[in-house]
Amino acid sequence: MKKILTTLAIFGLLSGSTFGQAPNFDDPAEFAKQREQLTATFNGPADQPYLQYAGDEMVDTSEYATDAPWTVCFSNAGVNNPWRVVGYTNMTEEVALHPEIGTFTHVDAEGSDDKQIADIDDLLAGGNCDALIVSPNSTAALTPAVEKACAAGLPVIVFDRGVTTDCPVTFVHPVGGYGFGIQAAEHIIANVPAGGDVLMLRILPGVDVLETRASGARNMFAEAGLNVLGEEFTDGDNAKTKSIVEDYLQRGTIDAVWMDAGATAVAAVEAFEDQGVEIPVVTGEDQQDYLQKWRDLGFKGIAPTYPTYQWRTAVIAALNTLKGEPVPGPEWVLPQPAITEAVLDQYINENMPPLHYAMCGCEDMPNYPQAWGGTE
Amino acid sequence: MTDQTVAQTPGKKRTLPHINPVYVLVVALLLAIIVMNPAFGEPTGYMNFLKRMAALGILSAGALYVIVSGGFDLSVGSTMTLTVIGSSMLASNDPNTTYWVIPLMLGIGLVIGLINGLVVSYLKVPSLIATLGMMITLGGVAFMWSGGAPRGYLPETFRFFGRYNITDVPVIRILPIAVICLVVFGVLLWWLLHRTNFGRMLHAVGDNPQAAHLAGVPVRRVRIQAFIVSSLSAVVAGVILGGRAGVSVDIGSGYELQAITAAVIGGAQLLGGRGSVPATIAGALALEAIFTLLNLLGLAQPVRLVVQGLILIGAVALATYQRRRAGR
Repeated sequence: MKKILTTLAIFGLLSGSTFGQAPNFDDPAEFAKQREQLTATFNGPADQPYLQYAGDEMVDTSEYATDAPWTVCFSNAGVNNPWRVVGYTNMTEEVALHPEIGTFTHVDAEGSDDKQIADIDDLLAGGNCDALIVSPNSTAALTPAVEKACAAGLPVIVFDRGVTTDCPVTFVHPVGGYGFGIQAAEHIIANVPAGGDVLMLRILPGVDVLETRASGARNMFAEAGLNVLGEEFTDGDNAKTKSIVEDYLQRGTIDAVWMDAGATAVAAVEAFEDQGVEIPVVTGEDQQDYLQKWRDLGFKGIAPTYPTYQWRTAVIAALNTLKGEPVPGPEWVLPQPAITEAVLDQYINENMPPLHYAMCGCEDMPNYPQAWGGTE
Repeated sequence: MTDQTVAQTPGKKRTLPHINPVYVLVVALLLAIIVMNPAFGEPTGYMNFLKRMAALGILSAGALYVIVSGGFDLSVGSTMTLTVIGSSMLASNDPNTTYWVIPLMLGIGLVIGLINGLVVSYLKVPSLIATLGMMITLGGVAFMWSGGAPRGYLPETFRFFGRYNITDVPVIRILPIAVICLVVFGVLLWWLLHRTNFGRMLHAVGDNPQAAHLAGVPVRRVRIQAFIVSSLSAVVAGVILGGRAGVSVDIGSGYELQAITAAVIGGAQLLGGRGSVPATIAGALALEAIFTLLNLLGLAQPVRLVVQGLILIGAVALATYQRRRAGR
């Protein structure tokens, strides 16, 4: 119900762009690759996941070696959701660890492709950057801007969402969307008998990292003989999520709720709680509110993650490049662990804010937990 | 005496024996839902439904005051956001804070409404722009306050109003606190708009500010009061919605348009002078019922959006047509 008018407009835009580009969100090869990476052994120090990488491919960066201090520039898609807030805090704290970074320039595109393209232009025109980190707002729109930065001779590090050019030094990202969907789906398949009813709750259609999560899970449910009751879009809105689950509950039973992101997982759980219905399997993400709810009510949860520690890795990749040291590439694939019941307690910290993402790889940093809004 | 002559005209017209089409729409939608899903006819079914629309109902009834006065209040959605984020920041999960957090939020709401009203009345900024500015400002304030991610939970005592049900009630079995709030505030807002001198003056101001002024209505003061009522209702709606849904960064966004939509479905005239609290609440019911019905039909999301949009346009067009045919 939310934003009727705007949603209609957005729907128009989305459908237009979706039909225009027809991107492939159901790629069996990528699905298989990510499924394998979920359980693969990663190189690098075991207790520092943000330094780990899959595979052995390295990129030679000797051409970029210069003397410190450096100016590192960062073009950020936005700090417009709690995931990005935690990630950006990771990043600024990582920067603070490195005296060799003389200046760290952050420009925030506030979720706009146009602004980010202009931001990158401005950074290039300023001519002060020794390296450029980009977290693209969207893949296709930002590719030319990134190519332009490469052409200017800057080492470019891309992370989170990708671009369709291989000119950056490396692209830092965790295993990926299929992997997220697979972890949640596997947990549901293991805990729900064949023929069970699964409700899939998604934030919105048309975003690559979310579409792949859904298609990964959908394939697995079909394979396991589970019945998908429906795929509903919640707009990331708690009230709407609760209403949707209540409506489904009025029509029948739900054996599991699969979520493409954790923001509204607690609302989904509360819908069962408030109706006095036993809470089935509800998947979530590594946010504190969900983890604590899961522990307190003891339902069968799982928290796949899209780890925020990649924001640290991007800085580290930029520094290694400026030092001329080899960097995992052209893709630096980070591990993407899921929090399971066995390790749940070690990720719960009641002194952290409810929407803090527990898989931050930030507990070892000097300003933890205050910088993330927590208390000792 | 002059006041009354001015005001009675819209008052009388409103009570002409035409059934407002919004009630027909609501009944039709609810019947369709019951046919689709008989469980909805059970007390838990419809009580949950009423609980769900309580926040929007109160918000729309409050926003109606500004609409009747001839303006718009676009800041109500972000007032709700600020209420929820601000309360979670101040309360940080301490149940003993609720008794002062809610009054404080109402105080903030009062100030927001006062500023809106002053800007519109004295600086002569069109209300659409003034409250759009307020909406953006409040969004920024909420973001700055929380740093982009809320730092606390809402305690259970706060969530009581939006979340809890009184159980074991005879006949209806469950009675959500939110529904009690809806009835209390609905009656209060109805009384204030339709049974007081302030309500009559508000209608007069919206109908023809010049005439109202000449008739001795304190136009500026009445407008300011309308904005205050609207903002206070937004805070109440925020408390209820936050109670129902918990904390999230963009809670309440989009509600300003829904509130206006509900009022228009209920037959309110966008440029002022006419509007009814019960019909507006029925409009909010209709909005929520459309959403529920489409959920139950199990249509694909895109189809659902199209149907939702068409029903809305149809409902408003019907309301306008009926009014014109009735010569109003």
